[in-house]
Amino acid sequence: MKDPIIQLKGLTKCYGSQKAVDDLSLDIYKGEIFGLLGPNGAGKTTTILMMLGLTDPTSGSAFVCGYNATNNPISVKRKVGYMPDTLGFYDNMTALENLVYIARLNGLAEKEIMKRAIEVMEIVGLSSAMNKRTSTFSRGMKQRLGLADVLIKEPDVIILDEPTLGIDPNGVREFLTLIKRLSKEQELTVLLSSHHLHHVQQVCDRVGIFVKGKLLAQGNIDTLSGNLFSNKGHVVSVTLAQVVPQAWPLAQELRQWETIEQITINKKTIEFECKQNITPALVRFFVEKEYDILGVHQKDYGLDDIYQKYFEDIN
Amino acid sequence: MKSQSLSSPFSVMVHKEMADHIRSWRFIVLIGLIILTFVASMYVSLSNIRSAMGNANDPDRSFLYLKLLTTTDNSIPPFHVFLSFLAPLLGISLGFDAINAEQNSGTLTRLLAQPIYRDNLLLAKFVSALIMVGGLFLILAMLMIGGGLVLTGVRMEPAELLRILGFIVISIFYVGFWLSLSIVLSIKFKQAATSALTAIGIWLFFTVFYQIVVNLIIRSFLPDPTFLTQDQILRYNEFILGLLRIAPNQLYTDASTTMLMPSVRSLGPMTMEQMAGAIPAPLPFRESLMVVWPQVSGLIGATVACFALSYYLFMRREIRS
Repeated sequence: MKDPIIQLKGLTKCYGSQKAVDDLSLDIYKGEIFGLLGPNGAGKTTTILMMLGLTDPTSGSAFVCGYNATNNPISVKRKVGYMPDTLGFYDNMTALENLVYIARLNGLAEKEIMKRAIEVMEIVGLSSAMNKRTSTFSRGMKQRLGLADVLIKEPDVIILDEPTLGIDPNGVREFLTLIKRLSKEQELTVLLSSHHLHHVQQVCDRVGIFVKGKLLAQGNIDTLSGNLFSNKGHVVSVTLAQVVPQAWPLAQELRQWETIEQITINKKTIEFECKQNITPALVRFFVEKEYDILGVHQKDYGLDDIYQKYFEDIN
Repeated sequence: MKSQSLSSPFSVMVHKEMADHIRSWRFIVLIGLIILTFVASMYVSLSNIRSAMGNANDPDRSFLYLKLLTTTDNSIPPFHVFLSFLAPLLGISLGFDAINAEQNSGTLTRLLAQPIYRDNLLLAKFVSALIMVGGLFLILAMLMIGGGLVLTGVRMEPAELLRILGFIVISIFYVGFWLSLSIVLSIKFKQAATSALTAIGIWLFFTVFYQIVVNLIIRSFLPDPTFLTQDQILRYNEFILGLLRIAPNQLYTDASTTMLMPSVRSLGPMTMEQMAGAIPAPLPFRESLMVVWPQVSGLIGATVACFALSYYLFMRREIRS
């Protein structure tokens, strides 16, 4: 693969004796959407601040776009758009004025600023409200303005800290679709942090699970679940029309199967834990024995389970 | 399309800060206050200017425009004394929430995520407020000079203009000191109210309590003056004055008095030998400047020290909202 655009090496940050980020190494490549996933207080924001040179690492280094973020934060900040988790705007200025101010600070040519600002407002869908003061803005609108803020400098990398915090489900979906679209259109690298697994699952190419300052796992969701649950095997549950007694005569017969490890009977539902995927064989078996099958469910491991599993381990 | 713009981030920030100041109620109130005192003291001095100019014992009587700034009938203090009270207030109110208000509203993180140097932000806050204050003082001085010309028709001496400009520069530095002090406090304290109160506390301490404290301590240590020689008394006096001059308002009062009253030739005690043969006549501008130079450099030094402290506190700090 290409050279990583964000490269963290042994990044550590201590506050007193407490380690907020512990020996974090991570590579993020150009054009991908990476989700940093972890509970509150896991050190996600601290990591992001170190990438931007807004706080100094205790040890280790962060390279973004080839620049060391601690020694050369200005060059990094020219290339990176950062949206903090709590967005603040100058309340006495309109949305457009706020945006133009940021554009000027980034040294955009004065002639193009207005055109570009209006363009970006359209992209994020705020054209109708751009002459309103930001003090009247709702949380979702501020979030959009924050994204406009990030986009106006034409960054190579955008870092979003909890971008879905506090917006309604509809807003979240629109926002994430927008990010995904922009990332594909402009070949942006996106790093987003969240504790909301479902949001991350929707858009991210890869995720890193980050708990108590340590990166426990990284990869796409399939690999993660593969790594975690390979030893657990497959779980198939079959729901029948009639109630199955606890002392079910056929259970004995099924236990003879080599692949089945455990059978749990719960009224109409029977759950099989098996070494391989034997769902078709099980269905055939029930049909031959003249049982009426109402449903067969093969259990998948989603991000929820992955998340759960990691947090169990840490506690 | 990037980095071909002529305006640097620094000047962009200064523009924005100045626009903020102009629109803020706080600044309007302060301008109102200063203009009010200016008008009041001008009114009093104008109504007493005739007697002041006719006073044959006063070596400064030929300086009409300086007299306009300093004459009073004791109903209210002259403008420069007023300013020694109001200037700290001006400086404090322009700086006490410079950094912490931005931090609390979450704009600081967003601002520092842009490619700007951190010290540029501090400098922009400082410079923009000083430009506003400098502009205000200059306008007032020009108004006074113009008004004086129209009302009296007396020609203005170049020395007078220099002295008035000198007074304004000293006043700006004085405001600058309080401004940088309040910026330091705004970095140190998370709450704007805390930093404002602390700054006002420091100001009150220096204007009201510092003299009392120094006098109390000195009196308990000082031997009975009747047993001391003249030389020793002189030395003790110098020492006390030196202690009092730690207070920035003392420095400012010394400096502005010397600037506006050309006959002041020393700020410390003088012996009879030094006084002997001296004619009570105004000093030239250059000599007055030499007399106040330690005061002026003290003020500049204190301002720079505060500013350096604010750099030190801010540069390596973690920015989190």
